[in-house]
Amino acid sequence: MELQFISETNGKKNYNNKTMDVMTKKNIDIQTEALVVEKYKLHAKNVNVFYDDFQAIKNISMNIKPNSITSFIGPSGCGKSTFLRLFNRMNDYVEGFKMDGRIVIDDANIYKKGIMVEQLRKEVGMVFQKPNPFPKSIYDNVAYGLTIQGIKDKKLIDQRVEKALKQADLWNEVKDKLKKSALALSGGQQQRLCIARTLAVEPSILLMDEPTSALDPISTAKIEELIHHLKEEYTIIIVTHNMQQASRISDYTAFFYLGELIEFDKTKKIFTNPEKKQTENYITGRFG
Amino acid sequence: MNNLRKNKLKDQAFKILGVLFTMFGILMLVILIYNIFKIGLTRINWSFLTSLPSRKPESAGIYTAIIGTLDLMLLTIIFAIPIGVGAGIYLEEYTKKSKWSSLLEINISNLAGVPSIIYGLLGLGVFVRFFGFGGSILSGALTLSLLILPIIIVATREAIKAVPSSLKEASFALGASKWQTISNVVLPSSFGGILTGIILSLSRAIGETAPLIVVGAMAYVPFVPKSLFDTFSVLPMQIFNWTTRPQQGFAIAASGAIIILLLITFIMNGIAVYFRNKWQKKLQ
Repeated sequence: MELQFISETNGKKNYNNKTMDVMTKKNIDIQTEALVVEKYKLHAKNVNVFYDDFQAIKNISMNIKPNSITSFIGPSGCGKSTFLRLFNRMNDYVEGFKMDGRIVIDDANIYKKGIMVEQLRKEVGMVFQKPNPFPKSIYDNVAYGLTIQGIKDKKLIDQRVEKALKQADLWNEVKDKLKKSALALSGGQQQRLCIARTLAVEPSILLMDEPTSALDPISTAKIEELIHHLKEEYTIIIVTHNMQQASRISDYTAFFYLGELIEFDKTKKIFTNPEKKQTENYITGRFG
Repeated sequence: MNNLRKNKLKDQAFKILGVLFTMFGILMLVILIYNIFKIGLTRINWSFLTSLPSRKPESAGIYTAIIGTLDLMLLTIIFAIPIGVGAGIYLEEYTKKSKWSSLLEINISNLAGVPSIIYGLLGLGVFVRFFGFGGSILSGALTLSLLILPIIIVATREAIKAVPSSLKEASFALGASKWQTISNVVLPSSFGGILTGIILSLSRAIGETAPLIVVGAMAYVPFVPKSLFDTFSVLPMQIFNWTTRPQQGFAIAASGAIIILLLITFIMNGIAVYFRNKWQKKLQ
């Protein structure tokens, strides 16, 4: 406004000033954009997902910072799991799946042609809703991701298995029975084994699809504590139906409804002072 | 109250009816086995198993038929298992749902129900005549392979279908390729089911007579097949042949051969059950 006002009195000089100003501003913009790209581990832009004619995700964009925990909340069928599964391309196996938009992880568009999906999944690990250990021994479960990479060095595998089981806080419980079947473990132990199995591959992102919904409160507390520790080394996204869980463990929370991203902000903000009425209604239990 | 009593009565009546129906099947089997054992058991001794067939019923043995049956089964296993299991894996894991794939599925299921004599005629046309293998053990094995392929394919598919998709997802999510997932997760988990299907299909093949008559199995072979192109005999052929003879001695010999055939079938089924249970225990 000020510029315009001056321009009326002294057109030419001001025109120069204005160009300079715009240019500097543009420069700053470019700089911040570069900074932004570096700062975000994961970046989704205008993502749409279709299952045949049904649109499951409607034009969602989202940036996720490294070493943060992000919760996806929303009623069943809102698209939060679908959105989560985009990041390691697990939706590729669903019949009729189509997507457009961009998903960038560490500067690489993961839906570009020529992307090695297997390579991507070593970088982006996933833990599922129900514990799903392989019907193999505890050791073989954790070593699975390494052996399929063709790693033969027994010592290295031993080390990584031990490290992963320690990270998942399971080592003390299973160190004497590594050769026993994983199916003999309790549900909570099985889920921690699945987390260890994922960690052994040393990904940098951890996707968790309702990892505690099949577990009792004590196992849930253990896994939440674990997630909190893992934050130091991993970027974590967790889908949950448990509102308290989202508020307890996550730094950021995204609320999905009917395939749309309604609100995405710091968890504290979402749970104390949400911008949108819908978010507030869901969080306070008025619907969903 | 009256209604309640009526219902209870109906319940009881149906239970008794069920027991009777169950007993009927078992009873028939028991009578059959009893009859055969009564006649044939006396005939079974070492020389019966190791003698060649003969015109004299007292000295006739089933050596060539047993060896022929075992050879034929071995060859059938070699041909049918890789093809059947491979096709089952392909159909279950690789094909996308389309009109073409469902047409293929229906046809394979239908093939499992085609009468075996038709397969015999196919074998006669293709293997015996077209490829010129003649009435050899090779033609017989290839024909039986065709016969049991649909059964193996269907059994493989059912076994693979029963593998929880959560296990496959876990494997994919750890960076495994499709083949790594199939070989490390899907096949080990479905092995018991596939094995059961294979052995049941072999149990069917071992009792087949009709298609082998058509492709030219002999009732009387004076020697054991030494190459793939030799003529051969099998136990059902031998039994069929002996039962058509008028002499009483051959009827006894036929009963003896039936006992041996039943024994081989039971042993095979037993092995299948053993492996399946062992595998299930390992999975738990």
